[in-house]
Amino acid sequence: MSPLSRNGATTLSFFVCGMTCVFIMLMMLLFIFDQSYGFLTSVGVERVFTDKAWIPDSGFYNFIPMMIGTLLVSVGAILIAAPIGLGVAIFCNFYGGGRAARFFEQLLALLAGVPSVVYGLWGLMAVTPIIYKVKPPGASLLAGILILALMIIPTVGIIAKESIRRVPSSLINGAAALGLPREKIIFYVVLPSARAGLYAAVTLALGRALGETMAVLMVTGNVVRIPTSIFDPIRTLAANIALEMAYAADVHRSALFASGLALMFLVIALVMMSSLFNPKEVMRDIS
Amino acid sequence: MAIAQKIRWSLIMALVAVASTVFVSKALTTQKGTEKIIISGASTIAPLVAEIAKRYERENPGIQIDVQSGGSSRGVADARSGLADIGMVSRDLKASERELVDYPIARDGIAVIVHKSNPIQALSKEQIRNIYLGRITNWKELGGADMPITVVNKASGRSTLELFAGFMNLEPADIKANIVIGENEQGIKTVANSPGAIGYVSIGTAEYSERSGTALKLISLGGQVPSTQNVADKKYDLSRTLNLVTKGKPSVAVSHFIDYVQSASVKDLVEEQYFVSLK
Repeated sequence: MSPLSRNGATTLSFFVCGMTCVFIMLMMLLFIFDQSYGFLTSVGVERVFTDKAWIPDSGFYNFIPMMIGTLLVSVGAILIAAPIGLGVAIFCNFYGGGRAARFFEQLLALLAGVPSVVYGLWGLMAVTPIIYKVKPPGASLLAGILILALMIIPTVGIIAKESIRRVPSSLINGAAALGLPREKIIFYVVLPSARAGLYAAVTLALGRALGETMAVLMVTGNVVRIPTSIFDPIRTLAANIALEMAYAADVHRSALFASGLALMFLVIALVMMSSLFNPKEVMRDIS
Repeated sequence: MAIAQKIRWSLIMALVAVASTVFVSKALTTQKGTEKIIISGASTIAPLVAEIAKRYERENPGIQIDVQSGGSSRGVADARSGLADIGMVSRDLKASERELVDYPIARDGIAVIVHKSNPIQALSKEQIRNIYLGRITNWKELGGADMPITVVNKASGRSTLELFAGFMNLEPADIKANIVIGENEQGIKTVANSPGAIGYVSIGTAEYSERSGTALKLISLGGQVPSTQNVADKKYDLSRTLNLVTKGKPSVAVSHFIDYVQSASVKDLVEEQYFVSLK
């Protein structure tokens, strides 16, 4: 029994709040499914993989280059953002003095709040010209990875910082009492016991990366082709929806909704995966 | 208990706030005597029509005009289905769309643009076609610097792409693009930031950007100089007429608005958007 007495009206209100989210989520899924139904029945899932290219005007709907583009840019971004975010989190908890740590925390919060279109504009006008000098056309997978990494570092950093902070001090004190040096404590005691939160940080950031649209659209060049190098342009599923939705009709429109559905399932799968890392179980493992 | 009570109160307050917002907004939108005109379509025309609508609403209280942007195809589809009273279409109507009535409101041209540092001044239609087909990939083949060409193309479905590809006799699927863009502004920023780029955007936007110091250059096309003046005089072929379309005969309120859009009293607004007035 909870210390708060359970009161019918209060319980009901919270239940309504909770159900609203569930309801909206379900309605959204239903809507997207309904909108993509035309594509799924008339073209079918199979042709998403077997068509020769993405040429909606001529009736070819191959999602593969865009799926690969989406995965490459997101995974690339997380490979850069995860170590940096983790580094910031460790710094804030163990190395930075009070003021430095607070400064970094605020910087992360600020970075998380910058609108994505601003990142996109900055990327288009400052990052792609530099890449252009190395190898044209500049707008490329690499530019997308760099901008996305910058955008998800705060997500990784903030969650990782919190989960590290929540590691019981008894563990740290115990390790210190055994005479372990600071680095050993951090890497062999703190990080393993905070790993549930760290996994969650990475999956959430990956989710954000997969769905990011505006910034990616402005810097990746949006050519539908499987990239052969990091300097090749790519188009992500989300960018494809944003680029073509306003002008699409009939099956083309439905195909865009279907690609949205695919993206949504991908993100749902990710979130479910992150909930597999149950903190309680991890705690039991180490104790 | 105290916490529970506080929470309950804040919940009630929130509910009251939501309810009153809904009530007030409903009261505002169902003001008596308000007639609503819904317009949707080409993103090229939408800003212009929105400006005209603002002025029209000021002069004609009781009329509310809602302008949504979403491409010429949507303009045609919405006018057909009745979702919109007026569609905006930034091209001439196709043969299959003849059941709609069109009202030309202005003209617009497409300019081919390159980076300001590019020594190329003019290109022929055939040269541009070969660039977009990927047959010419370096500026030195056209007498320019030894620099790879970055081909900037528009995303499929955009009327700019449709007009450009039709004029250049290109299949959109055959275009070998290095960068695909959405809005005009993105195209201008992309070209201005890559010295070897070639792209195409609305003439008015390009002319304005060039004048305001953006690092790009409009190049002449088969001897025709791209300028708003030449578009008006029909001396520049890569141009189009901007139309409003309706399904059948429009209602009195709608046709009154269309007359206003076509009249000389909005010439200043048309020119502010870098289009070419027909008046």
